Amino acid sequence: MIRVQLEDFDPGIEIDNLSADNYHIGGISSFVGLVRDMYNDHKLISMTLEHYPKMTEKMLEEIQSEAFKRWSLEGCLIIHRYGQLNPGEKIVMVATASLHRQDSLESCAFLIDWLKTKAPFWKLEHSTECDNGKWVEAKEDDNIATRKWDKIIPNKARDI
Amino acid sequence: MRILYFAWIRERVGCESEEITLPQNVSTVQDLINWLSNQGSGYQTAFGDLKIVRVAVNMEFSDFDHCINNEDEVAFFPPVTGGGI
Repeated sequence: MIRVQLEDFDPGIEIDNLSADNYHIGGISSFVGLVRDMYNDHKLISMTLEHYPKMTEKMLEEIQSEAFKRWSLEGCLIIHRYGQLNPGEKIVMVATASLHRQDSLESCAFLIDWLKTKAPFWKLEHSTECDNGKWVEAKEDDNIATRKWDKIIPNKARDI
Repeated sequence: MRILYFAWIRERVGCESEEITLPQNVSTVQDLINWLSNQGSGYQTAFGDLKIVRVAVNMEFSDFDHCINNEDEVAFFPPVTGGGI
């Protein structure tokens, strides 16, 4: 399931919903990304996330389909927020459910790496140093993190 | 054709989106960039360094040599920075 939204979410409720009524699931892995209060040695006041509506949903659907192709998953959830966010607020959540732990753990890491470089979001940071905002530049490390998954071909259906 | 701009490219161009009719000699994304760059200083600054400009045609990441027509939606934006930090 894909959700792109302004409002906050409750990771506990989201995890419960992901496994509701599916007793095949043996484990759920999740990642929640937060707004930090420091960035490059200066204090962050807030962050505004801009996105490309429709393309965001389309890309997240594609990323989710890729995870279902590569791993044996019983469920998947990607929530990405946009708009103005303050330090401590949640930006993104990825959760995957599977029979065995390796499928959910690996696919969760894969999804968060992939969405950083393939989902059309841009961050404008408001800091004590630059109140008008500074656009965050993409990091080569993120591209490297995405590309490493090109080489990893998981074996589906492992034992727990 | 509908053109969309995001992040600092939107700020430099000065609008979020616009509708244009493709000039006859414009057949690729690169042609469109060259044409737009002659439409004012905002466009010229926005497309000043193409190493940090990305394009999507009909919501698919594309290359500058991608062919385009009047029915396409073309979006210009910097490299994406989603997820946490």
